[in-house]
Amino acid sequence: MQNNQLTVASVRGLEGPRSRRQLPSWVATTALLMPTYGWLTLAVFLPLLTMLVFSFMSATPMGNAPIVFTLKQYRAFIDQPYLVRIGLTSLMIGFWTTLFCAVLGFLAAVALARSALGKAREVLLILILLPFWTNGLVRVFSWTMVLRENGFLDSILHMVAPDSGSIGFLYTRYAIVVGLVHGYLPYMILTCYIALVTIDDAIIEAAASLGARWWTILFRILVPMAAPGLISGAVLIFIPVIGSFMEPRILGGRVGVTMGTVIEDQFTQAFNWPLGASLSFTLLAVVLAIFATFSGVLRRGTTA
Amino acid sequence: MKQIGRFYLIAVLMFLYTPILVMMAMGFNASPLYELPFTFSTRWYEALLGNRQLLTAGMNSIIIAVITSVVATTLGTMASVALSRRTFRGKNLLQVLLLPPIAIPWLITGTAMLIFFYWSGIGRGMHALLIGHVALAIPYVVLVVGTGFRTIRADLEEAAMSLGSTPIHAFFSVTLPLLYPSILGAALFAFAVSLDQFVISYFLATPGYTTLPVQIYSAIRKGFTPEINAISTLLLLGSMAAILIFARFAKPGDTSDKR
Repeated sequence: MQNNQLTVASVRGLEGPRSRRQLPSWVATTALLMPTYGWLTLAVFLPLLTMLVFSFMSATPMGNAPIVFTLKQYRAFIDQPYLVRIGLTSLMIGFWTTLFCAVLGFLAAVALARSALGKAREVLLILILLPFWTNGLVRVFSWTMVLRENGFLDSILHMVAPDSGSIGFLYTRYAIVVGLVHGYLPYMILTCYIALVTIDDAIIEAAASLGARWWTILFRILVPMAAPGLISGAVLIFIPVIGSFMEPRILGGRVGVTMGTVIEDQFTQAFNWPLGASLSFTLLAVVLAIFATFSGVLRRGTTA
Repeated sequence: MKQIGRFYLIAVLMFLYTPILVMMAMGFNASPLYELPFTFSTRWYEALLGNRQLLTAGMNSIIIAVITSVVATTLGTMASVALSRRTFRGKNLLQVLLLPPIAIPWLITGTAMLIFFYWSGIGRGMHALLIGHVALAIPYVVLVVGTGFRTIRADLEEAAMSLGSTPIHAFFSVTLPLLYPSILGAALFAFAVSLDQFVISYFLATPGYTTLPVQIYSAIRKGFTPEINAISTLLLLGSMAAILIFARFAKPGDTSDKR
C-alpha cells in the first residue's frame, strides 16, 4: 500500500514537468483570459458597438417598422440649438467643479504631505478617501438636507442671526457644483498627494534656506512638480462630471438640465434611443479626445 | 504654517462629513418634514422594518453584490495570473481594454447596455444587473490582484515547479496563499463597487426587480421621508465597513510582510 503510494507519487513527480510541456502555453493563457474578456465583450464592447449602430437610426426600432439609417441624430446640435446651450452648461459645470477640486484638493494634499506626520497622516488619508467609496447618490441626497430652505445651513445661520432669511440654495447651479465638488474632491487630493510625497524635502529646505517665501515655494516648486497629479486628477474629475445626471437632477431641480439629464431622458422618458445614442457618442468622443490629449501625463501619473 | 495646514485639513474633513452626518442625524429625528428642534426617535428605523419595497431592494442589492464579488474575483484573478505571470503578444492591448468600464462615464456604458440587452433579447432584471456589475468590478479586481502579484516573487512558484510540482499545484499551494490578502481585498472592493452602483442599475432594473440605490433615487424624486435617511445610513455604514476591511487586508503600498 505504502509502496504503491510512493510509486504513484514518483510517477506524478516525473510526469509533472512533462505534462506541462505537452500543453502549449497559449492554451493556458487563453483559458485564463477568456472568461474575463468574454464577459467584458458581452457587457461593454458589444453594447457600445450596438449603441453606435443605433445612433445612425432614424427612430427607435419597434415592431415591423423598417429601420432607416440616417445621420440626422448627429445633426441634433444644429437642428436643436438648445442642445448647444445645454452642452455649454455641462462644460461650465465641469469646468467650475474641476477648478474648485483642483484648488481645494491641491492645498489639502500639500497640507497632508507637509504638516501631518506618520500615523496621523495615514488616518487622515483614509478619512478623506472613505466617503469617496460610499454611495454617491446618498451623498448627493445628504446635501439636500443641508442646502434646502430651513435645512442645516439655515439652522446654523439662524443660531447666529435669528432674524435673517434663508440662504439655502438648493435647486441652483451652485448646489450642483457643491455636490459634485464634494463627490470628487477626494480624487484630486489623492492624485496630488501621490505626486507630492515623491518630492524630496531637501529641495524645499534648500529653497527656504536661500530665502524663498512660501508663495515662491508653492508656485515655483510644489505646483510644477505636482503637475502630473493635478492633471490626472482634473481629467479623472472632468470626465465623469460632464456625464453626470443624478447630481443635476437632485440638486438642480428645474435648472439642472445638463447633457447627462438630456441623455437620460431619451432613454427613460422620450424613448428616442437613437438620439440618446448619438448624444452619448458625442459625449464619448469628447471623453476620448481628453484622454488622448493627456494620455502621456496619465500614464506617468499611474506608474509613479 | 503647519498649524494653518492642520486647520485647513480639519475644514476639508468637515466639508466632506457634515452633509453625511446631518443626513444620518435626520434619520433619528421624529419630524417627518425634517423640522427642528431635533427630537430623538427611532420611528423611521421601525418604519423601515415594515417597508417591504425598501427591504426587498436592499436584499437584492446584497445578493447581487455577493454574486458579483465571487464571480468578478474568480474571473479577474484568473486574468490577473495571465497578465502578471505570462508573456504573450497583445498583452498591452488587453490591459488597455480593462480601462473602458472604469473610464467611460457610467451613463454611456449603462445606456449602451440597455440598448444591447434589449435588442439582443437578454432583457433587463437580475441577470442583466449581474452581467453589468461583474463587468464593472472585473477591472478593479485585476488591478488590485495585479498589485498583489508585484509584491510576491515569481521564483517561488518556479522553485516549486522545478521540484516537481505541476503548475496548477504550484499556483494553489505557493502563489495563492501569498496572494490571499490581495484576493480578499479585491473581493471586498468588488462587493463595494456593486453595492454602491447606481447608474448602471438604474438603466437595467425593472419595476419588479430593483436595487437599493435605484429605489432610493425614485423615492428622492417622488418625495421622501426620513425612512430614506435611515436606509441610506445603513447603506453608507455597510460600504464604509467593507472599504475599511479592504484597507486592512490589501494594505496598498505596503510590501514589507509579503515576500
